[in-house]
Amino acid sequence: MTRPFNRSAMRRVAASLMLSAAVLGTGLTAASAETLRWARVGDALTLDPHSANEGPTSTLLHHVYETLVRRNTDGSLAPRLATEWFIHPDDPTVWVFKLREGVKFHDGADFTAEDVVASVTRVTSETSDFKGLHTAVAGAEAVDDYTVHIKLNGPSPLYVQNLTNFFIMDKGWIEANGVQTPQDFKAGEEKFTVRNTNGTGPYTLVSRDPEVRTVLALNPNHWDATPAVTEIIYTPIKEAATRVAALLSGEVDFVQDVPVQDIERLSNTAGIAVSTGAENRTIFFSYDMSSDSLISLPGDNPFKKPQVREAMALALDRDAIRQVVMRGQSVPGAQNVPPFVNGHDAALDAYGAPDYDRAKALMTEAGYPDGFSVDLNCPNDRYINDEAICQAYVGMLGRIGIKANLVSQSRTIHFPAIQNGQVDFYLLGWGVPTFDSQYVFDFLVHSPADGRGGWNGSRYSNPELDAKIASLATETDLAKRDATIAEIWKTIQEDRVFLMVHNQLLAYAAKDNINIAVHPENQPSMTTVTFK
Amino acid sequence: MIAYILRRIVQSVLVMLVVALVSFSLFRFVGDPVATMMGQEASQADREALRDRLGLNDPVIVQFAGFIARAAQGDFGISYRLQQPVMELILSRLPATLELALISGTLAFVLGVGFGVYTALNRRGLLSGAIMTVSLIGVSLPTFLIGILLIWIFAVELQWLPSFGRGETVDLGPWRTGLLTESGRASIVLPAITLGLYQMTLIMRLVRAEMLEVLRSDYIKFARARGLSDRAVHFGHALKNTLVPVITITGLQLGSIIAFAIITETVFQWPGVGALFINSVQFVDIPVMAAYLMLIALIFVVINLVVDLLYYAVDPRLRVDRTAAQH
Repeated sequence: MTRPFNRSAMRRVAASLMLSAAVLGTGLTAASAETLRWARVGDALTLDPHSANEGPTSTLLHHVYETLVRRNTDGSLAPRLATEWFIHPDDPTVWVFKLREGVKFHDGADFTAEDVVASVTRVTSETSDFKGLHTAVAGAEAVDDYTVHIKLNGPSPLYVQNLTNFFIMDKGWIEANGVQTPQDFKAGEEKFTVRNTNGTGPYTLVSRDPEVRTVLALNPNHWDATPAVTEIIYTPIKEAATRVAALLSGEVDFVQDVPVQDIERLSNTAGIAVSTGAENRTIFFSYDMSSDSLISLPGDNPFKKPQVREAMALALDRDAIRQVVMRGQSVPGAQNVPPFVNGHDAALDAYGAPDYDRAKALMTEAGYPDGFSVDLNCPNDRYINDEAICQAYVGMLGRIGIKANLVSQSRTIHFPAIQNGQVDFYLLGWGVPTFDSQYVFDFLVHSPADGRGGWNGSRYSNPELDAKIASLATETDLAKRDATIAEIWKTIQEDRVFLMVHNQLLAYAAKDNINIAVHPENQPSMTTVTFK
Repeated sequence: MIAYILRRIVQSVLVMLVVALVSFSLFRFVGDPVATMMGQEASQADREALRDRLGLNDPVIVQFAGFIARAAQGDFGISYRLQQPVMELILSRLPATLELALISGTLAFVLGVGFGVYTALNRRGLLSGAIMTVSLIGVSLPTFLIGILLIWIFAVELQWLPSFGRGETVDLGPWRTGLLTESGRASIVLPAITLGLYQMTLIMRLVRAEMLEVLRSDYIKFARARGLSDRAVHFGHALKNTLVPVITITGLQLGSIIAFAIITETVFQWPGVGALFINSVQFVDIPVMAAYLMLIALIFVVINLVVDLLYYAVDPRLRVDRTAAQH
């Protein structure tokens, strides 16, 4: 039986042949016209570049708007709208950006330093969802048409790492449409930017029906090399089985969120290729290690005892979770930071085999020969198989006498509970968008004070460590800074602040004539897609 | 008559207010919208500020009063998730759900009545047995599974029909229809079957039971004694009398088809209000959830009101009793 899959492939080949002929005739440089039908679990929430700091939204917007710098698939930074960036030689609190010349917005306006200044103002405004990444900014100044100075409150050697999702808008367009600030829900009005775009990116917006279909077409005036994909049709498909079925039936070309249970089968399907790669996200357990009394165990806190924390680590069988729960799709580790992030140490990340006898002996030593009972809070709609990981660990803890009562909830309840200190023992995932350990320390390790420690649900507080963490923000000697990071990690591992489980893997599935690289932040760019 | 209608309308408004109040008190158990609205870098102070701006720190009753006051002016606010006006979002999704509900309702009614009559007339037939068995599967399998099964057979294996979405659509003024294009018509087949299977079984079993009941009654015997043809007896007399309760049930079921298309819409990525609602629940998009629940309450209230009024108009006994009581 000839499958429509093959027919459509043939039709496309024929179409591209005809088009190539036409192109040869007219002397254009585009190789062929290729439409890529792209499906993932959710849609971008909005087209406003500064009002939703959310993965799928930024991923789509990267095709329409551009950032000063971009993140390569290996985690390093590459020039985009900025060609050069450095700390001002005379003033460590100023970052200098040299801008690309000859870039135009989709409406034809020239891209200049004033646009960057207007975008900095907008992204730091009250209703911006990205302002947390720009808290150090004191102001921006256009020195000339293609040079911008961003002035910070103090030296901030890694500020440029925060700019990979900072989209640049046109100053004139912002003013003409009255969109100086992102969406304000209180005002009860929809901003023009929610449905309209004017970026400098490689694609322009053709049509958008939220949660149904978004169509992007090649921007012929883009400054960079012309990508192979000339049209993108983006369709969210929420249900995992339907998403996979749409790929198998040939209705979509590329599925970004492949459920782990389908990876094996898709890999064995003719005409479909699955690629996997490390995601910038660790999955770990954390516990309240400083309160005297737990919420689910009033009057006692076993997690304060180092022996209990060690016993819990010895009970965690990471390889079993990898094989049974994750079907091989994870990279277990012991250090709570992804391998490509600055500060990762292979020696600290090495993990041992579980040892239940030793763990039991430690429990007895700590004064809990019969174990104890405590609640384990777990999200059930956020990470890959999050609830199943918790269930597996509950069984492992049972072997050393710890009775963990699984409380499995939606992320909308789980995350506020962690931030408000309403959980004793929980599962959390953490991505490091800056690719530097400081981000982990700031949010998860530093005591909740001075705008840091917002996600420190272990209530870990170590003034000496806090001082070291604070010093990282302003230390400009990178060698010295790396040494401090190593010291901090050593203390964290000794104190067992986290019980790291694994790094998540991403799986992309596409027709096997499509080459697409897995992006560590799950933000693939269709400009990098090539066809075989 | 006018007093009766007015009384029913006042009751309906009360029902809607109660629905709104109950849903508002439930929202606080769904979770915190701010958790999904802001990125992980947002500080506790930022979150608190946004919560304040959205009025989420106010007591439920204050939030409820504000919602009712704005809703009365036709303002349902801005979706927290999609940042668009809620009413516009719902109205743009409603045609998809209504088309799906109408097609699957019609399908269920026509096939249900047809199969019902057939199985009642040929009680011991082999085909009747087969229909009854298959219909049992239709009732006992969950909608989700039926949808996935149909996708697997007709989209993946046979590749006859699309697995998701609504295909090409045409805008007729504010109404976006998928029925005027070939891909749109192909797209509606699987979701309509999935959604209508349960209703079809229900109607079929109802018609069958009613038919068997009616066929035993005296007037059918007299009709046969008069020498009327089978055709006239079965369809002219028996079926006609069977249809009164069937139409009532079908009308009421139409409301539940619209309200409970959620699962079918999710499985087939059908861009209707049900899928919008389920996404909103996961995001704790309170403005959309509130407006959706009000809309569903309105649909049920209107259908019930119409059914009540129809009874009043159709059933002579109701009127006779009433006029008799007034004497």
